[in-house]
Amino acid sequence: MDTLQTFASAKLAAGEVKIVIGYQAGSDATRARPAFVSDTAEAASLIYDDRCRQNLAVYLLKPEVRAAGRAAVVCGPATLRTLLQYAAENRIAADAVVAIAVDADGTVTELADLEAVETHVARQPRGLTPEQQAEIDRIDALPLGERWQWWSRELGRCFKCYACRAACPLCYCSRCITDVNQPQWIPVAADPLGNLEWNVVRAMHLAGRCVDCGSCAEACPQGIRIDLLNRVLAREAVVDFGVAAGVSRRKDYALASFKPDDKEEFIR
Amino acid sequence: MSETRILNRAALGELIAALTAAGQRVLAPVEDDGRVEFREVTDADRLALDYVQTVTSAKAVVFPRFERMLRFAMRGKDVTVEEVPPASPPTVLLGAHPCDAASFATLRAVFTWDSGDAYCEPKLAALTVVGLSCARGDDFCFCTSVGGGPADARGCDILLSALDEKTYRAEILTERGRALVDLAPGAFQPGAGAKPRPVAAILPRFAAAELTEKLPELFGDASVWRQQSLRCLGCGSCAYVCPTCTCFDIQDERSRYDAMRVRTWDACGFGHFTLHASGHNPRGKQSERWRQRVMHKFAYQPARLQVLGCVGCGRCSRSCPVDMNLGEHLERLAATAAGSE
Repeated sequence: MDTLQTFASAKLAAGEVKIVIGYQAGSDATRARPAFVSDTAEAASLIYDDRCRQNLAVYLLKPEVRAAGRAAVVCGPATLRTLLQYAAENRIAADAVVAIAVDADGTVTELADLEAVETHVARQPRGLTPEQQAEIDRIDALPLGERWQWWSRELGRCFKCYACRAACPLCYCSRCITDVNQPQWIPVAADPLGNLEWNVVRAMHLAGRCVDCGSCAEACPQGIRIDLLNRVLAREAVVDFGVAAGVSRRKDYALASFKPDDKEEFIR
Repeated sequence: MSETRILNRAALGELIAALTAAGQRVLAPVEDDGRVEFREVTDADRLALDYVQTVTSAKAVVFPRFERMLRFAMRGKDVTVEEVPPASPPTVLLGAHPCDAASFATLRAVFTWDSGDAYCEPKLAALTVVGLSCARGDDFCFCTSVGGGPADARGCDILLSALDEKTYRAEILTERGRALVDLAPGAFQPGAGAKPRPVAAILPRFAAAELTEKLPELFGDASVWRQQSLRCLGCGSCAYVCPTCTCFDIQDERSRYDAMRVRTWDACGFGHFTLHASGHNPRGKQSERWRQRVMHKFAYQPARLQVLGCVGCGRCSRSCPVDMNLGEHLERLAATAAGSE
């Protein structure tokens, strides 16, 4: 833990970055909160433990944070994947950010550019944990009617606060389709149809782009497991298009690329 | 008026049955998938009265998350417009804590101000509140800093306070409360019982009146608002779980042949909340939107409507994905304001 703080402090002192985006202790023992540290003394307050689950990459695209200058970001594995996906989608320049990677065993590594991030991510385990896989299998195994009931009940709690969208680093559209009302694509009411359309549209827009950080479900005040939708679509994207998100800084992502030799007739 | 009765926990089923039989819709805290929320009940089986706080507030009882107002249909050249009358069934909110009970004063002030609100007012008029003193609180509760308290009776028609594991003292505070007792006379026993059990200890953290007075001075201090809100993601979680947030949007939707006008909740944290058609946004930064949230609740509403826009329930802080803690922020603002003298 000292290393994380020392790293942050050194980067600030050397003037390499203007701000370190990390975590501080939160309101109680179960919560951490994002912190924006700009002076070396403050770096001592940075923490990294099980509470630090929010994907901090989301702040890299916020104008207020960008205005602070070049940033270092404390990154768990999913945040590193986000940086690569951001680069693949032309959201950040190769040298725009310093990643302070914290591995599962607590090892802290400075990754000065995206090439280093890519190499680091390639060495990390990928894929679902047995628990995550079991969770998906359980729902997949339900007969259609029961699966529909499960999702209807789950999505029925949605009141459209859009915390999922706000917490998601890949939900960065300056004008989200759900806020467009000429024409109105998504029903605004938080009724069964409106909730289904919003959550399914969001999941589809993230297919092949979601880096599986889980921040959407963590953010949801209603405890809706929208991360499961994304997780299944990520699997489908790999099966259908061979593309996993957040592995390469140069990769085309499935739903926004075009190949003249596409196997489907209709798109050629 | 204030008289007291004894209500046994064992008689709650009888009470709910009698109210239901009399045509009242009864809403009460119920545990579902590990979360306690206000739900319609017809018996006492699922009651979860030992809760600290529900995730979402009781405001949806009078101000639902969406409400249909008009239906339009076009057939050939014929256009029909049909008003959807507001649904306002007689309702008893049973077991709401004093913060939720107090929130109706703010909702009433907002929705009866000026021309009144055809959708909310009838629901307020059809509502009876049976409050429940708080045996427990948590670190997010700050009712005592905003004029409330764990045994505060404001907004309650009846207030229940635990005497022991099995018994409540019921203080009958209004005519409406008396009418409710008359609907289920068998559930209430005469008497006041011994001294109620101690309620939750919620220590005051700041003085709301002083904060209200000082906030206008802090309006121009951009660094204070930026420091507090840099981590804010701009979602609507705080506003949607809040018992006193009343902002709404009205939209026409579906198709041109079959459409409806709906009112939905809205939130001042959203970037497009104040976005003008011209593209100009008078609150273009998240820090300006956070400032608006605080100013509206603690400066503008007290000045214009003589009510605070906060009851200290702490839901916004419990639900915030980035741990924005309203009580903590207000405490800091109050200290900053005091220090600026």
